[in-house]
Amino acid sequence: MSDNLMRVQPIRNGTVLDHIKAGRGRKVLDALDLIDKGTTITLLMHVPSKKNSSKDVIKIEDRELSESESQKLALLSPGAHVNIIRNFVVAEKNVAELPELISNVAICSNDNCISNNERGAKTKFNIIKGNSLSIQCVYCGRKIAQDNIIFI
Amino acid sequence: MKHVVSISDLSKKQILSVLKRAKELVPVAKGKKKSKSLDGKILATCFFEPSTRTRLSFETAMQRLGGTCIGFADPSATSHLKGETLVDGIRMVAGYADAVLLRHPQEGSARLASENSEVPLINGGDGAGQHPTQTLLDLFTINEEMGKMEGLNVGMLGDLRYGRTVHSLSHALAKFNNKLSFISPDSLSMPSYVTDDLSCEWSSHNSIEDVLNDLDILYVTRIQKERFPDLEEYKKVASAYIIDSDLLKNAKSSMRILHPLPRVTEISTDVDDTKHAAYFRQAFNGVPVRMALLEQLIGGKK
Repeated sequence: MSDNLMRVQPIRNGTVLDHIKAGRGRKVLDALDLIDKGTTITLLMHVPSKKNSSKDVIKIEDRELSESESQKLALLSPGAHVNIIRNFVVAEKNVAELPELISNVAICSNDNCISNNERGAKTKFNIIKGNSLSIQCVYCGRKIAQDNIIFI
Repeated sequence: MKHVVSISDLSKKQILSVLKRAKELVPVAKGKKKSKSLDGKILATCFFEPSTRTRLSFETAMQRLGGTCIGFADPSATSHLKGETLVDGIRMVAGYADAVLLRHPQEGSARLASENSEVPLINGGDGAGQHPTQTLLDLFTINEEMGKMEGLNVGMLGDLRYGRTVHSLSHALAKFNNKLSFISPDSLSMPSYVTDDLSCEWSSHNSIEDVLNDLDILYVTRIQKERFPDLEEYKKVASAYIIDSDLLKNAKSSMRILHPLPRVTEISTDVDDTKHAAYFRQAFNGVPVRMALLEQLIGGKK
């Protein structure tokens, strides 16, 4: 096997999402809408980790995350690391933290919510951190559990 | 207090202040005393779905205080049908009036409207969502009938799943340390997203007989035919939750029955003449409570 095809090849420029909750990597890829966008992506699942027993890792080449993308990551795997790589070096190390409120990141699951019916309306959710993470629509009050969040 | 979208927007202190003022305004609401506290003020009543009680009681409240109303009772005569957004409509109306009353079929519409209204916005019911002035008048009625609204055993009967009035009222009664008994068929029981947030003692029952003799208040709601795919099933359920004077022999003599109205068959008309019936007084109470709220929102004389 040549070096080029090695599994954990370092990237020159881009973003490494590390310490994603094991098994959540695919959901993160979907939520960030990274597939088939012409970007080179590496997804590693169930990588042995010192912190937890295992983790998922995503490497995205030549691209950094927008704020709403970081929020999506934080909703799916709070505490995941966002490492920005420039010229093979970690230039910035951040932790995906949950804000109090997210705007235009997710869709309300209540079909009769005004946010799904008013032209031009933005969605807004408060983050509820409890035993399990959920979000609550600022408009209709609907609570949505972490696993059921539909991202924009 | 700028907008009134949900009862949880009001602190306990604000609720008590509205109820206290409402009590003082009862003679004005009955037309026995005159007031000009809202002289020259205009309330815009925007009804994107029909309502009788809410609209008429607000219009009465406004006029008894010397104010006037503009608005529409039916969206078919408005630009809404031409495709105007709610936000555009509210921005426009807010420029014409001192406060806006909104009734809209979609949940969250009042919150969105309040974010775009320069004048106080009052939620007159947003779909299956909130109806805070109904909750205020329910609290006022309980306080009037029982002389207090703390430490009571309040039963709620009927459609507890979809009934927005019982959801908001449960939250409000929990704030005032009451004990709640929810009585419904399993398919219409109080949703966990309501009970999860209740800070008071509560219990669930299928049968009214289980709790009736302990209740201070029985709040009855209508079981709607549309909630049942099967008409037979509806008839069976609805008939099991009918309150009549015979049943009430087991109730405390001080027990009072409330109902947001309109009622269909859930309270038999033979209850109307008993000391338990408080629902028509409750409907009247909508006027002084809404007067008090309007005064506080658009700055009438205290």
